[in-house]
Amino acid sequence: MSAVDATTAPQVEEDHDRAAAITGRAYLSALMRDRVAFVSAVFLGLLLIAAAGADFLAPFDPDKANLRARFVPPLGTARDGGFHLLGTDELGRDLFSRLMHGARVSMSIGLLGAICSGIAGITLGVLAGFYRGLLEDLLMRAVDGMMALPSLLIALFILFVIGPGFGNLILIFTLLHWMVFARMARSLTLTHQQSTYITAARAIGGSDARIILTHLLPNMVSPLIVLFTLEIAVLILSEASLSFLGFGVQAPQSSWGLMIARGREYISSAWWLVVMPGAAIFLTALALNLVAAWARAITDPVQRWRWLTPPRGKNQPIDDDE
Amino acid sequence: MPYLLRRFLQSLLLLFVLVSFVFVIGRIIGDPALIMLGTSASETALDQLRENLGLNQPIWQQYLVFLGDLMQGDFGVSFRYGFSMMPSDALRSEGTPVLPIVLERLPATFLLAGTSLVFAFSLAVVLGCLAAMHPRSWIDNLVNVISLASVSVVQFWLGLILIIVFSVQLGLLPTGGFGSWQHLVLPALTLAARPLGRISQVVRSAMLDELSKPYISAARAKGVPEWRVVFVHALKNASIPIVTITGDELSQLLTGAMLVETVFAWPGVGLLLIDSLGRRDLPMVQAGICVVAALVILVNLAVDFAYTVLNPRIQMDNRGGRA
Repeated sequence: MSAVDATTAPQVEEDHDRAAAITGRAYLSALMRDRVAFVSAVFLGLLLIAAAGADFLAPFDPDKANLRARFVPPLGTARDGGFHLLGTDELGRDLFSRLMHGARVSMSIGLLGAICSGIAGITLGVLAGFYRGLLEDLLMRAVDGMMALPSLLIALFILFVIGPGFGNLILIFTLLHWMVFARMARSLTLTHQQSTYITAARAIGGSDARIILTHLLPNMVSPLIVLFTLEIAVLILSEASLSFLGFGVQAPQSSWGLMIARGREYISSAWWLVVMPGAAIFLTALALNLVAAWARAITDPVQRWRWLTPPRGKNQPIDDDE
Repeated sequence: MPYLLRRFLQSLLLLFVLVSFVFVIGRIIGDPALIMLGTSASETALDQLRENLGLNQPIWQQYLVFLGDLMQGDFGVSFRYGFSMMPSDALRSEGTPVLPIVLERLPATFLLAGTSLVFAFSLAVVLGCLAAMHPRSWIDNLVNVISLASVSVVQFWLGLILIIVFSVQLGLLPTGGFGSWQHLVLPALTLAARPLGRISQVVRSAMLDELSKPYISAARAKGVPEWRVVFVHALKNASIPIVTITGDELSQLLTGAMLVETVFAWPGVGLLLIDSLGRRDLPMVQAGICVVAALVILVNLAVDFAYTVLNPRIQMDNRGGRA
């Protein structure tokens, strides 16, 4: 029953055991046991709820100016009696409510950007790894070349020419971030293609499309999800930088990066206008990184048993990646 | 073909691709006249500028002229830099050549990026080695926390926080500008955060690998002092991944400097570029992008050169690239 017995058992039996043991419940209890990852996951969940339900959940209207409540510090009460958890800005708008609405923009750019670049990159990477040849050569040259170029600089230039905005940001992120997915998808495809199950699928006459969609892709999901999580964090940070420089999200829409840029004017009198949105970005990116680290540990076949079996003694499993 | 020659030619090709890319985005996807004059300009003004810039010629001819000019170091002239903000200035026949202005700004950026890198690198090596010497100790935890925080923080925000603490609250250091060493402290610290986290993590794991090898036990058994074992014997052999990550971080620094320079009004290439974007000064933007990107490519090439010195095996390996 112990992990040691399982790892010494023959390969086939072991795989069977593992598949049976890894149910949603096992993942959940493993998540509960890792306190840091658990807190991160809860934070991200709350953030998603706050972003999605900002219209109903926000205590104040994020765009409603209230001149009697200008520059209220965090945990302060305005002259009209309104309590402001994170304070108010130069127009008396509630910062907490604005952060919730900003979360919607920042999170959707991160998510959509990662989804679009992921789909583009994974498609190209799998095709390159599956069919090899000239396609693979050209694609990998392009990946190496693009990875060597400064992406923030190029993003700025393209946005300068085509104009800023939500849709253009997604377009830029797709153009400049597909390479990481392509690189990983290709190398995973190359590894799995050597496997017996792909040969078997081919031997019984499976078409290329069927092999890719039903055999190859499902086996590549977990590392790609880890990468996807990390990319969301990267994109949220990039969006913040571009919006800060004035080439990202445009008013009246507001994202966390744009809020920092606006708050900068009042840096000597109202520090919270700069600190709070940046802290939101920091915590979100941190939570995404921590969850990704946990997901990497738990989906790694070598480490997974340490997590999915009930703990023996007090020692927490230690994830030592790299 | 020798490895280094091939890498050199690859870099040249990459530079060519980049320049062509700038041309395609600026000339074909965008309309330079519209970019420079703005959408409110009259049709006659737009036509006149197109005529002046030679935009009425066939596109391939424009491309050849563009490439030819670049070869001679001619990135065009700016009608905005040093002039008033009137859009009609763009119609003047004479402007300021942009390349000298960009190059003039380079030393400030080098000073900032260099200081940050030296600081981050030396601290990261010490921290990473200490962490590897004492796994699971507080210093090991510290390295983990720093590296996790450094990839999660937005650089320009960190800069603003430092301004709030050290300039606004404590009044110790200037909020921005250029001149004395005090002006350098905050921007350099801001820029150093990310490489510090990334490099120390790599140093730690590379050193952990090295310290478990038999030659280390042999050195210890001979009675070599522990500091010598770690900082001389092991560090030398762990240097390849450390150099790789440092090179990566240096090219990141050059673009990261753009944001930090904007926050601290540090007069480097980055600030010039951001200002020029705001002024819709297309020639200056193109020159700035080409110069910074060329530097990034150059840094990558230099890292590969350093590599072959550190590890002669790479030269022999035909497919050898960076891990």
